[in-house]
Amino acid sequence: MATHTLDITNEHCPMTFVKTKLKLAQIADGDILEVLLTEGEPLNNLPRSAKEQGYNVLEVKHLEGKIHKVVIQK
Amino acid sequence: MFDFSEEEINRYSRHILLKEVGVEGQEKIRNAKVLVVGAGGLGSPVILYLAAAGIGTIGIIDGDNVDLSNLQRQIIHTTRDVGFSKALSAKEKVNALNPHVKTVVYQDFLRSDNAIDIVKEYDFIIDATDNFPVKFLINDACVMTGKPFSHGGILRFEGQTFTHTPGSSCYRCIYSAPPPSNEVPTCSQAGVLGAIAGMLGTIQAAETLKYFTGVGELLTDKLLIFDAKTMDFRKISISKRDNCPVCGKTPSVTQLVDYEQSACDLLNHKK
Repeated sequence: MATHTLDITNEHCPMTFVKTKLKLAQIADGDILEVLLTEGEPLNNLPRSAKEQGYNVLEVKHLEGKIHKVVIQK
Repeated sequence: MFDFSEEEINRYSRHILLKEVGVEGQEKIRNAKVLVVGAGGLGSPVILYLAAAGIGTIGIIDGDNVDLSNLQRQIIHTTRDVGFSKALSAKEKVNALNPHVKTVVYQDFLRSDNAIDIVKEYDFIIDATDNFPVKFLINDACVMTGKPFSHGGILRFEGQTFTHTPGSSCYRCIYSAPPPSNEVPTCSQAGVLGAIAGMLGTIQAAETLKYFTGVGELLTDKLLIFDAKTMDFRKISISKRDNCPVCGKTPSVTQLVDYEQSACDLLNHKK
């Protein structure tokens, strides 16, 4: 089971979720995706959108400054 | 798989966002080959929406040239295209709208001697024609080759459409044969509100995208009819007939037929 990282700290809604969906499509079932994003709109929306579309959001964690990490299992 | 460029991700982002389409659905759209028969009133919105959606290959067959009287509803063509091939004019707009789409142009009409060879190259066929002989030809060619298609027809303020997939009812399950020429609308009855073409063609484009992505329920065994005067939409159940002349148990139509066109249609094609 591999772990992948995706940095969307430079993206805005809705491309944050588009990029996340693309990465999730590219990894294997069961793999972990760690998404790095900024607080505010991305942090408020991404975990919610992922859950709405049936993805398993394991963890939302503050890293440093405005950067947060959302861990999703495919 | 899923090797979309940054440009494509951006272009198709509103599809990718949909749970029911997503990256996987967009990939299916990209791999699809669709034939649009007729680059006129219905073909215009169909071709534009399919090109915008990123259908991988769009075949466009039309032997006509653009006439000034077409522009009231055939929105893929512009005033400067008058006199030029409709198929080429449509291809030009597709290229401008979405360079990722491959186009195959046939400056010809679909006939009994070319229909099978052309249809068999595609995954889905769209009847965007304006006359009964070709509608029967498309139906028969698709049934014989096991291809799904979208039927569409418009007149005055009304439109009708259904989708055929192998095993579901076909056009001849509803109408055994073309209507006699005295029942075909005469030239004076053949007016059409331009926007009706957009309404119906857009439904056909949506059905095509639903077919490839597997979203929802297609208009199979359902004839959708609408009357724009009242904006009434109705779905009528249709069923596959065991005694259908082409898809029934003992078909009488076993090869393609070129039915004669009404005088009005012939006049239009000579223009």
